[in-house]
Amino acid sequence: MSAAAEILVPGKAGEGEALVLTAPISFWGGVDPKTGRIADVRHPQHGEVIAGRVLFLPGTIGSSSASAVLMELVHNGRAPAALVLHEPDAILLLGLIVAREMGWETPMAVRLERGEFDTYRETTAKVAADGAVTVAV
Amino acid sequence: MSLSLSPEEQAIAARQDGAGMAMRIVAESARLLGAPRLIPIASTHIDGALYHGDSGTLFAERLVDGGAKVAVRSTLNVGALDLMGCSRIRLEEPQRGMARRMMEAYRKLGCEQSWTCAPYQAGHRPALGSDVAWGESNAVVFCNSVLGARTNRYGDFLDIACAIVGRAPDYGLHRPENRRARLVFDVSDLSSSFLTSEIAWPVLGSLYGREVGNAIGVVTGVAGHPGEDALKAFGAAAASSGAVGLFHIAGVTPEAPDIETILAGPEPEAVIRVTPQMVAKARAGLSTAAAAKTIDAVAIGSPHLSPAEFDMLERFIAGRRLTVPIYACTGRHALALLERDGGRKRLEASGVVIVADTCVVVTPIMPELGNGVLMTNSGKFAHYAPGNTGYAVLYASLADCVESAVLGRPVFTEIAA
Repeated sequence: MSAAAEILVPGKAGEGEALVLTAPISFWGGVDPKTGRIADVRHPQHGEVIAGRVLFLPGTIGSSSASAVLMELVHNGRAPAALVLHEPDAILLLGLIVAREMGWETPMAVRLERGEFDTYRETTAKVAADGAVTVAV
Repeated sequence: MSLSLSPEEQAIAARQDGAGMAMRIVAESARLLGAPRLIPIASTHIDGALYHGDSGTLFAERLVDGGAKVAVRSTLNVGALDLMGCSRIRLEEPQRGMARRMMEAYRKLGCEQSWTCAPYQAGHRPALGSDVAWGESNAVVFCNSVLGARTNRYGDFLDIACAIVGRAPDYGLHRPENRRARLVFDVSDLSSSFLTSEIAWPVLGSLYGREVGNAIGVVTGVAGHPGEDALKAFGAAAASSGAVGLFHIAGVTPEAPDIETILAGPEPEAVIRVTPQMVAKARAGLSTAAAAKTIDAVAIGSPHLSPAEFDMLERFIAGRRLTVPIYACTGRHALALLERDGGRKRLEASGVVIVADTCVVVTPIMPELGNGVLMTNSGKFAHYAPGNTGYAVLYASLADCVESAVLGRPVFTEIAA
């Protein structure tokens, strides 16, 4: 299966174990910037690590520091392999935009219908250079 | 519609200096958001000076090295250090040095050393209808809702970039048509004793954020103005549990003289009738340690305490000695008044730890306990403390927080919704 996705922020193509979040997350306070572990005890995926994963985000909430946390994850080599969002999130994705300005290698962020997220659960997902999201074989 | 930049904006974006970098960040965000153009802004409030790791420091220093300066009034949100020396921050080197370098870089960029998440109580109150670019979720929601100035939720780095270029993407809440309410959040079924209690607004805010998400709603059924500190607590809680950037309260906030004026259409898309059960559930959801027998600390001041809130704290303590510390977070604006009237000395003598310029959930201040229990009256602290400090939380009114700090164990006064 393959879904054509719109590239929100260009970056490196990526592949990794899919992590489909079932609830919106606040990156600040919700994700440890050093490790990429989901630290929010109220989040259904608490304890999962987003580093190296293809991260499917149903939405983000909370702090306007989400961008800082994502940029720090990039700087620490703990960023997701790719980000798949239902809609562009200007706060979170700023972390990638600024990291690119700093000259750091960033994962790609693409837009995909939320209804398609479940297809990728428990798969290894791949986001190609053209933004296409597929299940890796 | 694609973004069109003026020749001047294009020329700035092509430069290799700090302003060029800032303009590219603003333009790239505008493109992502689908904004057709950039608009001039009157001020910014900058959340980006809080240390989350070295990357943010390196970014700010890149701007300084590139000769960038803010073009409009810019206040700073909290940093990771208490530069006033009120409390001891347990941030170790090399992080401590990097956090200090970051705060210094933002000073060099021309930002005001306000270091508060309540800039609107520290003299930064943009005019009704003016366009601004504010960061920090509670400041954004207060600025939009209570002051009626227009801002989106500006993420870290975009805030300083907008400050440097004096412009922001024209989209979202900058446009009047996007500020109208689509949902009604009706609290008229709640008792007036609850609505006038001090826990009402943080609890309702937490519920509101969860119910409306990022939609715009209008609260109805509120008899009178609940006071600015109540609106501050409501907005902060709503912006932590949801992506709330603007709320209205019919008859209270400036854009909602009545429900008809502020609704986007003749009828709301949905009416949320708040029941006492919903309130009880929202209130319980703010605590993660319901069965705790003892508490280790109390934290208040998210958003930063106002002078009126310090007065209330002193009244509740009434000169007694606390068994566990109350961390009272505030900004320089309130600290100056507190020092002038001797309140700081009196509170510290009781065992209150004043925290200035920062707060207990953004930087390590409270001892690392592993299984500590924190009591708070702040919906925002209740939301963030477990993830950021490792403490489980108990939510209670300020009066109960103080009694619990005196006794060292949780005390709750029942307030029925």
